[in-house]
Amino acid sequence: MAVKRVKPEAPTADNRWKMVDITMRRNGYAGHALIETLHTVQDVFGYIDDPSMRYVAQALNLPLSKVYGVATFYHLFTLKPKGKHTCVVCTGTACYIKGAGELVDAIQERYHVRTGQTTRDGKLSVVSARCVGACGLAPAAVLDGTMLGKQTPDELMAKIEKVLEHES
Amino acid sequence: MNLDDLEELASQTRTAGETCTHCVRVCMAAGCQSSGAKPVLERLNEQLGGREDVKVKSVGCMGLCSGGPLVEVQTRGQDKPVLYEHVAESDAAEVAASLGGEPVQRLVCPTNVPFFERQQKIVLENSGVIDPEDINDYIAADGYRALVTALTEMNRAEVLREIEISGLRGRGGGGYPSGLKWSTVAKMPADQKFVICNADEGDPGAFMDRAVLESDPHRVLEGMAIAAYAVGASKGYFYIRAEYPLAIDRLKTAIRQATRKGLLGSSICETQFSFEIELRLGAGAFVCGEETALMASVEGERGQPSPRPPYPAEAGLWGYPTLINNVETLANVPAIIRRGGEWFAGIGTDKSKGTKVFALAGRIANTGLIEVPMGIKLREIIDEIGGGVPDGRQFKAVQTGGPSGGCLPEQHLDLPVDYDTLRQAGSIMGSGGMIVMDESSSMVDVARYFMEFCMTESCGKCIPCRVGTQQMFGLLDKIAKGRGTRDDLDLLEELCEVVQMTSLCGLGQTAPNPVLSTLRYFRHEYEEKLTGEPPKAAHRHAEKEAQA
Repeated sequence: MAVKRVKPEAPTADNRWKMVDITMRRNGYAGHALIETLHTVQDVFGYIDDPSMRYVAQALNLPLSKVYGVATFYHLFTLKPKGKHTCVVCTGTACYIKGAGELVDAIQERYHVRTGQTTRDGKLSVVSARCVGACGLAPAAVLDGTMLGKQTPDELMAKIEKVLEHES
Repeated sequence: MNLDDLEELASQTRTAGETCTHCVRVCMAAGCQSSGAKPVLERLNEQLGGREDVKVKSVGCMGLCSGGPLVEVQTRGQDKPVLYEHVAESDAAEVAASLGGEPVQRLVCPTNVPFFERQQKIVLENSGVIDPEDINDYIAADGYRALVTALTEMNRAEVLREIEISGLRGRGGGGYPSGLKWSTVAKMPADQKFVICNADEGDPGAFMDRAVLESDPHRVLEGMAIAAYAVGASKGYFYIRAEYPLAIDRLKTAIRQATRKGLLGSSICETQFSFEIELRLGAGAFVCGEETALMASVEGERGQPSPRPPYPAEAGLWGYPTLINNVETLANVPAIIRRGGEWFAGIGTDKSKGTKVFALAGRIANTGLIEVPMGIKLREIIDEIGGGVPDGRQFKAVQTGGPSGGCLPEQHLDLPVDYDTLRQAGSIMGSGGMIVMDESSSMVDVARYFMEFCMTESCGKCIPCRVGTQQMFGLLDKIAKGRGTRDDLDLLEELCEVVQMTSLCGLGQTAPNPVLSTLRYFRHEYEEKLTGEPPKAAHRHAEKEAQA
């Protein structure tokens, strides 16, 4: 039995919604495409906000509670916008043994943000990763996509400072 | 495609390779890339791109991540390639100029050392040798021969028998006999069955699966297709962490190439067997490594486990019989079919057959990826292959099995590495992370670290795990900060037992392992914290630092 689906209106006229639509269409608007769709939303918009969750819920014919449940269950999904720059500190076991905690502490002291937070001016987000797989280069951090191996707190602070300065 | 076609394709690729006198392989796995392999490859391509007698190839993991970026030069007529370590962008010209002459001595990495000589490679046999983005290279290394042989010359029962004879056990950590798992799924009378490859490598400090997928993705696809043929499945899902973008890219390329060659998709090798693989990305939940949680995630749900039975083999994905195997398990399959179950069973120990890939990290000289026969002693891995603890420090413990495993002290280093021995000693084989700690690590801190991990990763479905890990973390934190009492320690031990016995899935059941194993072997460190004294070793270390 074919039920005619009414495609909901995208929250904004932003072209990026087309990418989200493509993902859903490729999966036949099936409910099991939820995680894939949320991945796409986050890839194109950087985070998943309320309007996008509503839109995805309607389009995939799922209760909003479920979409919210899934989006908050998985660590990789974020419901808040990220800062302009992101520093990921690896806190995997190898990095932990070699002093990842000191890197986190140094960042907290200097920028007053804990892991998972963004500075008030929206310039720097600090994230901790379970393992970036660079165990041979521990302790490791990833600053705006660039892998930095064998970091000391001072080295890392200098590099973050440089990235932020370049901005202003 | 039949065996003759495959052989012809392989020999064509090999002949094309023979026109080159030198083959320069640059490791482009994530480890070397992050130490700067890409510019090295670009410079080498600039220098050598125009020469017909030289082939510059980007390959997968060569193993010795601490030596990265690694470059290997194979010259025709010489049996051993020359390996260069710590190659900088500025060294590329010198390496290029040295071809045909004397190697660049200052960069040469000796390969006649235990790190290379003590390894035995099955899963990693093509790693660092073939180009992971070129299916022809894999075919030239006998790739897809096992799949084509299985499809055209063996029936399903024969494939199952080879796997059973081989004694292969699950490499994801559990060690469940693969032959048994496969036969259970094969016996189920259902018109739809699934095969899932579990590539949700969540253990912090473990990167074996990532390295295999980045270095030799076709091998895993081939193993998966053979499994699908043996159990009667036509659809497969590849569940991989979103944190591994390079592995995902290479996997996508590999699936596309194999489908184009008719080695995946419909009517493979003109037989009635069809097999399609779809990628599913994880979203950062450790619990999704647990098979029932993984299936929930593939279905688009929260990754929460469900009680077993029914086992996935009976009622798995969407209620259909499902075979779930780990990356490394499936990567062993092509070699078993090609060389026979008997051959595989001849390697390793009585109950643990074959080899195991380990990711060596922590306070050890040679960090990287190794593959060793089962039954090797921990001491051989750490002291000989790993080169021991650097900087004249003292070995303290080795952690295996990640947050579900335990820490083993010096006196257990002569234990053979197999599933059952490690379990008896209070740790587990796990998926293969091996982290070495020296005297500067406090075991209470290590236990707290893993408990924090389990606490944040608990899915929240069952109470013992959700509440228990939180309470245990609180107690560990209190003890680590020197505020714990003897009552706290007693309560911690009691909680360990309760959480272990009553949790729903493996995450909760094994979460107390790091605490229990450190209590078993390093109880004095907990006791010292209770009285407010710092552990002696850490104290000594602090003194040493102060003097220096």
